[in-house]
Amino acid sequence: MAHDHTDETHHAHIHHDPDQPQEVDEAQLRVRALETILVEKGYVDPATLDSIIDYFEHRVGPHVGAKAVARAWVDESFKRALLEDGAAAIQTLNLVPRIGDHLIVVENTPMQHNMVVCTLCSCYPWDVLGLPPTWYKSAAYRSRAIIDPRGVLTDFGVALPESTEIRVWDSTAETRFLVLPMRPANTESLGEDALAALVTRNSMIGTAVPVGPSA
Amino acid sequence: MNGVHDMGGMQGFGTVCPEENEPVFHHVWEGRMLALQRAMGFTGAWNIDASRAAQEQLPPADYLAASYYKRWALGMTFNLLRSGLVDPIEIEAGHAISPPAKVARVMRGTDVLRAFTRGKFSRDTGTKPSFCVGDTVRARRMNPDTHTRLPRYARGCVGQIEAVRGCHVLPDTNSLGTGENPQWLYTVVFSGQALWGQSADPTLKVSIEAFEPYLESA
Repeated sequence: MAHDHTDETHHAHIHHDPDQPQEVDEAQLRVRALETILVEKGYVDPATLDSIIDYFEHRVGPHVGAKAVARAWVDESFKRALLEDGAAAIQTLNLVPRIGDHLIVVENTPMQHNMVVCTLCSCYPWDVLGLPPTWYKSAAYRSRAIIDPRGVLTDFGVALPESTEIRVWDSTAETRFLVLPMRPANTESLGEDALAALVTRNSMIGTAVPVGPSA
Repeated sequence: MNGVHDMGGMQGFGTVCPEENEPVFHHVWEGRMLALQRAMGFTGAWNIDASRAAQEQLPPADYLAASYYKRWALGMTFNLLRSGLVDPIEIEAGHAISPPAKVARVMRGTDVLRAFTRGKFSRDTGTKPSFCVGDTVRARRMNPDTHTRLPRYARGCVGQIEAVRGCHVLPDTNSLGTGENPQWLYTVVFSGQALWGQSADPTLKVSIEAFEPYLESA
């Protein structure tokens, strides 16, 4: 019965909510125990763990990708270089110590919209976007992005023209993908920094479209 | 393996729920877990493919019930025990009891930035790729019970080679510790209808990154 199904789905969702206190407590204790053992064994250095966390919280993030996108919007030769070899081109901006190899930049056009997913785990271009958001790692996104991308885009409030081809890139190897979104309208007077501010993380994954200032 | 991690095309997981202004970590322990994973990866005790394989062998119900970083903790526990770096009794106790095993290196502060370049997985093998751009290929029907990166939804489907990405470490063998066994890697693009049937969105195309052993001529 439809009613029963709804109840069951609801129950399952609550049960699996990672923010439920018992889940958090259990995971927290488990991770604390792992850290204690690994530090006592000398396999990891606690101060280094702090540096790693600091790196992911403060150093790396979508600002890196946004800067590259904004540069591509204002500099045609940089854009060509970016599409040719994403890692090498972004490296020249000197934003992070080193961009990993095989970063593939895919360009949105009026004819084609690109979306990136990792159906098997959570592969993501973290050196240019930081750590992936929870939704990117969710079963809902991983399962649905490749069979119903327009439905997924609706979840993000994005509606594309019916004729636009949707290309989904499943990150099944150590190649990584970054979407180069289209430059929004009414941005002719904006400088590179102002343009970079329009480039959201989701627009570089392909679940959002940058929006310019209203005319 | 045909695990629940291989989620592409599954139905019933509901809508995608983006969170406004999401923090990098929701709980302090999530950051600690990420850092532990990075630091243990640096020791060389196991590789990234073995990390993925460890999560994939979790019972499906456990995989789905665990939050993302809890899954990391479960996978790491599996690899610590398997590699002999930690004893089961120590996991129980939450403390080191036996003397440490030897690891190749330990990450220190000065290593952090260097260690944060994404790893390089391409290898020069001097071989020639069997396929070139534009070739029509079929993803093989294969069902190994060990780690693979050929998702189930593509198996048996016909697509086109769109790009040749070089020779890369093969996760299927690397995860088992039986060698990097580098293979040519291709971007293979499928129409939505090739994957999902006639009722699929005609504007949809999906690509996978496929190693040569995953493909045959079609």
